[in-house]
Amino acid sequence: MEILLLQLQTGKKAKIKRLEGGYSFQRKLASLNIRVGKTIKKVTTQPLGGPVVIEVDNTEVTLGMGMAMKIFVEIKK
Amino acid sequence: MKILLIGNQNVGKSTLFSRLTGINVVISNYPGTTVELKKGRIKLDKKLEEVIDVPGIYNLEPTSKAEEIATKMLKDENLVINVVDATNLERNLYLTLQLLEKNIPVIVALNFWNEIKHKGISIDVKKLEKMLNIPVVPIVAITGQGIKKLVSQLKKIKAHPRCKFNDKEKWAKIGKIIKEVQRIKPRRHTFLEKLEDLSIKPLTGLPIAILILAFTFWLVRFIGENLILYIFEPLFNLYLPIATYLSNLLGSGFIHNVLIGTLIKGQIDYVQSMGLLTTGLFVPFSMVLPYVFAFYLVLGFLEDSGYLPRLATLVDNIMHKLGMHGLATIPMLLGLGCNVSGALSVRILETKRQRFIAATLMAIAIPCMAQMAMVFGLLGKYGIKGLGIFFITLFIVWLGLGFLLNKVMKGGTPETFMEIPPYRIPYLKSLVKKLGMRIRSFLKEAIPFVLLGVLIINILYALGVIDIISKIAAPVMVNILGLPKEAATSLIMGFLRKDVAIGMLLPLGLTMKQLIIASVVLTMYFPCVATFVILFKELGLRDLIKSTVVMIISTLLVGGVLNFLL
Repeated sequence: MEILLLQLQTGKKAKIKRLEGGYSFQRKLASLNIRVGKTIKKVTTQPLGGPVVIEVDNTEVTLGMGMAMKIFVEIKK
Repeated sequence: MKILLIGNQNVGKSTLFSRLTGINVVISNYPGTTVELKKGRIKLDKKLEEVIDVPGIYNLEPTSKAEEIATKMLKDENLVINVVDATNLERNLYLTLQLLEKNIPVIVALNFWNEIKHKGISIDVKKLEKMLNIPVVPIVAITGQGIKKLVSQLKKIKAHPRCKFNDKEKWAKIGKIIKEVQRIKPRRHTFLEKLEDLSIKPLTGLPIAILILAFTFWLVRFIGENLILYIFEPLFNLYLPIATYLSNLLGSGFIHNVLIGTLIKGQIDYVQSMGLLTTGLFVPFSMVLPYVFAFYLVLGFLEDSGYLPRLATLVDNIMHKLGMHGLATIPMLLGLGCNVSGALSVRILETKRQRFIAATLMAIAIPCMAQMAMVFGLLGKYGIKGLGIFFITLFIVWLGLGFLLNKVMKGGTPETFMEIPPYRIPYLKSLVKKLGMRIRSFLKEAIPFVLLGVLIINILYALGVIDIISKIAAPVMVNILGLPKEAATSLIMGFLRKDVAIGMLLPLGLTMKQLIIASVVLTMYFPCVATFVILFKELGLRDLIKSTVVMIISTLLVGGVLNFLL
């Protein structure tokens, strides 16, 4: 099932299914290896609409909540 | 021929640059430390070749200024050392493939080779070389491992036959390479990795942040105070007889006033005398230097450990309300050391609006270490109350003004998107090197301005200009700020050096309330000349004028309110 990265539970792994937003947004994410097909882990969400921290390939990345709302993932079974 | 160091952010380009050229540059464990091109030289085949450290980039289709500059340089007859983070091979290879599309020689320096093992990663270098069709040399830039081999390969490499892929093909090729050359073994999390998690989750991260900041503050004061007490004051006590001898020799008159200053109760007073050889030496060396040393020592640890981007993530939310990113904590922290380096580092923020807000807030509400050292000296005797009001006032100004600027100024703050580097145990040699560089640049900046300031003040006194200025400024000083009109002199000195300016308050015999107001006003009203020059370069004239107007208005407002409330 496809859900928003924002909805993913902390500590859970998921595979990126779809990225909304244009070419430059996708390229920006790709610069830190956040691409369709990659497996990510949600590390934490900062409170009160703060940024989301995810882990891609053993590296933590902080991204704003607005960005996290454009990333769709599928939970790994 | 020029040798370009090109790679993603925080992969160790500057460390390698420093190794290759012997030039010391500031390196830290967070993305964006290098904000401009750094140039040096290396000897290859008895010929000196230029080496250029290029700020970190992810793409050769430029989206940022750094990428634009890097892309332009690729057109020349150059050679590229592509610095690659071995612990993050996959995404680093994207830039490598882009470089291969250009018709220039490329060699890959596979950095952090020492870290892959405990991350459970193994990389087949031979296979990687073959698949990329260019030489690949594993290195550990910080210790120098592999550098010799890298340099010996530099002489041999030739331009790679140009290849062309679209984005999809690139990622497919990268996928293939990774599958062939890289193996990752599952393993247990190390202690540092557990700490990484704890310090970024809000529930544990916020208490850790408060603890670290409080400990930092305490440690800086502890080291600073003890250095003064046990090393610098005794040294100046030894020097006192020499200065007194000189004072007697010179007798009185203008020369005596400039060199030794005014005698207080027939004696030299290092803080109050205001002579070049007394106050001019004592303030920078004995009162300020110990704190500057302590601050940069502790800051170096924070920077090199990789903690700062985590702090930036934790406070990102608050910083956004002030019109900045979490990453703006870095110019603020550097500003606490010296406003000049704070002003330079606002470049890590990507929009003009953010840079303006960060620079203005820093210049107004962040006292530099030199100034704080003097405030400690002056207000310290009143204990937590005096210092507490000083720091809390500035913090409220910082918050309030940021909130206001964010509301008033057009536009918004782009979302945060940054890589968090792993925790690394700071490497002692490079910590010491960085500390040494910062102390040298403090001395280079402080000493001339302190001496010039003391000289100018003495000349102005002799010419009677000080009296005239005090009279003109009297209404503002007395009525709004509740300070004696003589305090205007320290505001003039404050243009040149804020530390000496605060020292000048001492002979005025101010009450605690007046000392607090004067210290706050001296922090806020205007940046020192050195910072002003950098702000002019970074912001341009129009924004600098805007920033200055904000400074003057908020200073009068805050000074007036304090005078009314305290």
